[in-house]
Amino acid sequence: MEGSAIRLHDLRKSFGETTAVAGIDLEIRDGEFFSLLGPSGSGKTTVLRMIAGFETPTGGRIELAGQDVTGLAPFERDVHTVFQDYALFPHMTVEQNVAYALKVRKVPKAERLVRARKALAEVRLDGYGKRRPGQLSGGQRQRVALARALVGRPRVLLLDEPLGALDLKLREQMQVELKALQREVGITFVFVTHDQEEALTMSDRIAVFDQGRLEQVGTPAEIYERPVTSFVASFVGTSNLLVGEAAQRVVGTHGTFSVRPEKIRIAEESAEELTDADGPEHTTAVGTVAEVVYLGDSTRFLVDLDAGGRLTALQQNLETSAEDVAAYRGTRVRLRWQRRHTVHVPD
Amino acid sequence: MTVEAQTAGRGTVRRLAGALHRRPRLRLGLLLTAPLLWLAVLYLGSLAVLFVSAFWTTNSFTSEVVKVWSTDNFHELFTTPVYRQVILRSVGVALAVSLLCAVIAFPLAFYTARVARPKWRPLLVVAILTPLWASYLVKVYAWRLILSEGGLADWMLKPFGLSGPGYGLPATVLTLTYLWLPYMVLPIHTALEQLPANLLDASADLGARGWRTFRSVVLPMVLPSVAAGSIFTFSLSLGDYITVQIVGGKTQLIGNLVYSNIELNLPMAATLATVPVAVIVLYLLAMRRTGALSSL
Repeated sequence: MEGSAIRLHDLRKSFGETTAVAGIDLEIRDGEFFSLLGPSGSGKTTVLRMIAGFETPTGGRIELAGQDVTGLAPFERDVHTVFQDYALFPHMTVEQNVAYALKVRKVPKAERLVRARKALAEVRLDGYGKRRPGQLSGGQRQRVALARALVGRPRVLLLDEPLGALDLKLREQMQVELKALQREVGITFVFVTHDQEEALTMSDRIAVFDQGRLEQVGTPAEIYERPVTSFVASFVGTSNLLVGEAAQRVVGTHGTFSVRPEKIRIAEESAEELTDADGPEHTTAVGTVAEVVYLGDSTRFLVDLDAGGRLTALQQNLETSAEDVAAYRGTRVRLRWQRRHTVHVPD
Repeated sequence: MTVEAQTAGRGTVRRLAGALHRRPRLRLGLLLTAPLLWLAVLYLGSLAVLFVSAFWTTNSFTSEVVKVWSTDNFHELFTTPVYRQVILRSVGVALAVSLLCAVIAFPLAFYTARVARPKWRPLLVVAILTPLWASYLVKVYAWRLILSEGGLADWMLKPFGLSGPGYGLPATVLTLTYLWLPYMVLPIHTALEQLPANLLDASADLGARGWRTFRSVVLPMVLPSVAAGSIFTFSLSLGDYITVQIVGGKTQLIGNLVYSNIELNLPMAATLATVPVAVIVLYLLAMRRTGALSSL
């Protein structure tokens, strides 16, 4: 993890009047699994397309391995892309698709074939080489696109929401495989996604985007536990913010504070066990349960605080059933969490 | 009373509609009977009559058709050198016209489908199609004027020390190319327009420069549409006999032979007419292998 694979300096892009990317400074290290996370229209895909060379920046500079590539064409950059809709060549077989980058580089045919087969084996598609992309399922096409981009061993692999079109089960399976593959080949992966859970589970580091700007860069734990803006606090994980008067009354100071739902424990208002616990280390708040959402393995309680505002508390259904938790609706409860889980959000 | 009659009428319609709804085969049958009759009796039937009459003969004094089964006409077709020459010439003209159309249409379609600004594209397509709305004869006579001695072609080529092709085989190929060009541009334009942009991105991303992307991605994906367009240009050229009369000088194509035999020797005309039908069937079979028929 020494050296930097990609460095962006004040990168900008506008399409006519609209600003897609408004000045990004970012360093992605060698061998990292790095995610660009943000809602649609936040500029993350535009940043990726500028790194690939499909879009020319309006301003700023892009460096790949220390070399300025800002004005270079896509075919002059040592990066390959896995497209959202795979972009496989429909008139070629799977093998020809995978071998394309090698053919372009005039690698001899025999070697091409060996390396294409090896790349297909890496993504567990041995024996599919003679088929056409149209004869494969979505998940298989995804793997072919991956093999095609990896076969030339680029310095950086760019992935543009590659799992977006897959169903949930397949997506979870591919997340694990993708992460394992990245560890195996040791190539820097830059992964664009709008799915915060995906970013948290797969990444070494995450950059959170909103409206063409960087909100926060950090490890999944930093992003989740210590969000530095209210946007990050609400976009990553469930939004649970205490602001203004409510913050004053619950936390004791003015400002914006974030508490993750799973850190909050819920009990009846009069519960001894909770109120008696080591006082100064804890924050408590009383309120009324407005809504109970049964999720199977856990339950989400939406609680309207007497102090104002609403907090969500998440409880594992260790001993409770659906009927048990439903009975909470409309009851008075006391919420308690450790003081260190109250995170001050600077802006 | 009238109201009652109306509701009764509506009831009948409803019952009928319901009955039809429950019998999808009957519905389909009623829907398709007329067009199927048209296709079977008028279209395929006339082809069959053509083929059968090709085996009849003519009384050489009275020019009356003798309905006696004989393969004399086909024997004559295969053994007369003139017929063979004319057939080869006609196929050659059709192939040359198709090739020229493809060569001209590809860059044109590339411009209209991918280079021109999107808001101009429909207008450009309309401009390419406009000549199809003008009369065929007017266009051919216009070409006769262009190619005439001292005409536009001569005048434009004069500064280079050249002269126009005059009337003859080249003039026929040129005029037919002009006539059928829109039939070639349109399928290629559609194919290029539908070519996903991210395939071009993917090719560049994997290291291919423009020419390689064109050869390996654009051309193979558009080729079936070129073949589809050539089905039109080829069959239209093969069946033409008017253009060649107007700008072809003394040149004869199959169509002219059919035309000149119709009065005096109808069975021979029928025999000659089976030639383009057979050639086009062969051409379609060849084009089917390129995937052209699914991109029509």
